[in-house]
Amino acid sequence: MNLSEIIKILEATVIVQPDTEDFNIQRACSADLMSDVLYYHAPDSLLITGLTQLSVIRTAEIVGIRAIAFVFNKTPDAQIIEFAQKKKIPLLSTRFCMYTAAGKLYEAGLTGC
Amino acid sequence: MSLNIKETIDGSFQLVGADFTHAGEASTQLKQKLAELGVPDGIVRRVAIATFEAEMNAIIYAAAGWLHYCITPQSITIQVVDMGPGIENIELAMQEGYSTAPDWAREMGWGAGMGLPNMKRNSDIFKIDSVVGEGTTVEMIINFP
Ligand SMILES: Nc1ncnc2c1ncn2[C@@H]1O[C@H](COP(=O)(O)OP(=O)(O)OP(=O)(O)O)[C@@H](O)[C@H]1O
Ligand SMILES: [Mg+2]
Repeated sequence: MNLSEIIKILEATVIVQPDTEDFNIQRACSADLMSDVLYYHAPDSLLITGLTQLSVIRTAEIVGIRAIAFVFNKTPDAQIIEFAQKKKIPLLSTRFCMYTAAGKLYEAGLTGC
Repeated sequence: MSLNIKETIDGSFQLVGADFTHAGEASTQLKQKLAELGVPDGIVRRVAIATFEAEMNAIIYAAAGWLHYCITPQSITIQVVDMGPGIENIELAMQEGYSTAPDWAREMGWGAGMGLPNMKRNSDIFKIDSVVGEGTTVEMIINFP
């Protein structure tokens, strides 16, 4: 699924833009605990999370998560946004809760990790 | 890309307890090194996950530690040695969901009690040694194809 479609479905604000229009996401997972994310081998996936700390960007880079969507309109601090930019990881913010955000994407055909 | 490892490559990273700004840098650099050496993606990911979990434990639970690695044409060995409180009951610590992570680490997203199980799951050989009051050593070997 293209990231632009995910942005539309989640009615998301884009905090960090993808560096290409052809930004494809294969799967998605949702968690607030980093080791739950590290349980998955989730290359080319989207992470849906409520955690906006630096650990999230680090964890994404380690497992190969391509983009992150923060729920409840959360936005990380400026230095974390800068770090994501450097790592070329697009960041989105959606007003939906984790359950609804995941449900909407699943319904649209984006499967789990 | 084929594996481009002719001789043994080793090195170390110093780990500083509670240093969340740099936490994960050692694992990220090791991940990049393996990718440059032509190690397949899936194996790089296993090493990265296992190493990152071990690095985070040293940073969360210990005052200081070291991450040593040794890469040969056949495998990588990662050793994370910390000068921390040690683990009283290793069998209990290995259980999925068991965690004594402090609140400040939980706020950063740690404390699922999945770190040690994730290390074991991603390693071909996993060893843990701990002496209460002295520290903990985790050794992981991951084979290349
Ligand atoms: N290096 C260490 N020094 C001291 N205690 C440790 C160390 N590593 C693990 N432990 C103990 O073992 C428990 C389980 O560790 P594990 O990494 O599996 O989970 P965790 O760190 O609590 O949470 P997470 O899922 O975020 O890794 C820890 O909560 C801690 O009590
Ligand atoms: Mg841990």
